[in-house]
Amino acid sequence: MAIQYTYHPDHLKNSEPIYTSVSSLKRGEMVFNIGPQHPSTHGVLRLEVVTDGEIVKEVIPHIGYLHRCFEKHAESMPFNQTIPYVDRMDYMSAMNSEHAYAMGVERMLGITDQIPKRVKYIRVLVAELNRIASHFVAIGTYGLDIGAFTPFLWLMRDREHILRLLEWTCGARMLYNYIWIGGLYYDLPLQFEERCAEFSAYLKPKLEHLETLLITNKIFIERTAKVGVLPLDLAVNYGVTGPMLRGSGLKYDLRRVDGYSVYPELDFDIPIGTGAMGTVGDCWDRTYVRMQECHESLKIIDQCLTKLTHELKRDKDFNPRALVPKKIRPKAGDYYVRAENPKGELGFFFRTDGRSDIPVRCKARGCSFVNLSVLPEMSKGVMISDLIAIVGSLDLVLGEVDR
Amino acid sequence: MNADLIFDLLKASFGQKVLQINLNDQPQSIEITAQENRELFTFLRDDDRLYFDMLSSITGIDNGPEVNTMEVIYNLYSIPFDLHLMVKIKFDRETPLVPTVSDIWKTANWHEREIFDLLGIRFEGHPDLRRILLPSDWEGHPLRKDDILQERYHGIKVDY
Repeated sequence: MAIQYTYHPDHLKNSEPIYTSVSSLKRGEMVFNIGPQHPSTHGVLRLEVVTDGEIVKEVIPHIGYLHRCFEKHAESMPFNQTIPYVDRMDYMSAMNSEHAYAMGVERMLGITDQIPKRVKYIRVLVAELNRIASHFVAIGTYGLDIGAFTPFLWLMRDREHILRLLEWTCGARMLYNYIWIGGLYYDLPLQFEERCAEFSAYLKPKLEHLETLLITNKIFIERTAKVGVLPLDLAVNYGVTGPMLRGSGLKYDLRRVDGYSVYPELDFDIPIGTGAMGTVGDCWDRTYVRMQECHESLKIIDQCLTKLTHELKRDKDFNPRALVPKKIRPKAGDYYVRAENPKGELGFFFRTDGRSDIPVRCKARGCSFVNLSVLPEMSKGVMISDLIAIVGSLDLVLGEVDR
Repeated sequence: MNADLIFDLLKASFGQKVLQINLNDQPQSIEITAQENRELFTFLRDDDRLYFDMLSSITGIDNGPEVNTMEVIYNLYSIPFDLHLMVKIKFDRETPLVPTVSDIWKTANWHEREIFDLLGIRFEGHPDLRRILLPSDWEGHPLRKDDILQERYHGIKVDY
């Protein structure tokens, strides 16, 4: 049956009313909405903006248009069945979210150390591939927001290669359900390692091209340098994580800080914003950090591929599902687990009662949600065109903001 | 510094306000009283030995009408010392009112709004306690154990 909706003119006003009272506006001030359907809000984000001419006085984000009750769902089904919902939170980097979730549940079960090395390396490999894909969307759509069309097309072309590689592993382009609690859905397909190595060799020069085309482009620098400066103390106080926090100059990456999975064995740097084009923590720094992270992820991918073709070679008796538990019943208690997603710290809070496979409470701490909350602070007194540049540099995925 | 030492430190400064420590949780948790705890949170953030400068997450839990309690759980992290701490507050279900920490950690602003939205817990002193994820004219708080869904929302059947 189709969804029945009774139209009433008051519905819009009542369901998401304007926060600013119009009578309190000063002479020359105006309230208007950017979004929820607007290409540069990257999804269904509605920004209520109070302006005085071209100057933004205040920004009030209205979110929740994509709320799909993740936490309510997670409370009603076993841990392993929640993974597809986790995919749909941050749909740009589903592998990373799955990785975080699966590792969290494994830590609760106390089986982290038993996971075979090959499984861990495959997980890191696909997660890093997905991290590049996510950063490509971030950089590409950011260029699009501020008027650079070509890089977007180039990046989408290269992202498609990644999505096809990942599709090969599990059959889905974006929402994978590939990383399972205790293992993987399948081992990598035959010859995946070779194709992936080819892709890595293909991508390296492309990243250089991108840097000359977009990142060091004069117009791009003019639009982003010294715009939307996020000071470090403010960033930490707002709980901002990921490339945004690193763009503000803190070398803080959970892959190094927590050293989970096989990351301690891998060699990679943590790029940070240095204010090379303007001020530390401006929009350019954040984009530059994302760009550099693609290089670092490629380094990790190469190391994973070396491992997967030598010490941890494919073996036809190897079963990546061998350790997948039949019953997922962690000890009663409260747990907070976290991992580094392309956009920041993805955390899960679980409460379990020790008697059932279903968590009593599961909360997801979305990085986009927290990163968005700093927007009103960053965009006071900027120009409207700069507001678009700031929103783009946050790298929001509304699926994760609204969950 | 582990949770034992943090517990002793807090006990020495705040005495009765610090209730118990639970070593089974990951990270280990400390339960404190629900009232007048803002000084304690400020202490956790500002003390030289702890410096919990990042509030990772706040979770609200409804324990159901039988137990008749609700909880708010804070996950703190100290970037300079790499410390984790879980702080728990338990209070009566009939009077779900806890002091806000949104001026201590700004990130709490939206987390508290989300908890208010989904569980109906009110935060005293919060600057802007509105619904955040659900529409403003939604009835009820869906993560409460005894929440009854409204039958229709704007003519759309809610329960499928």
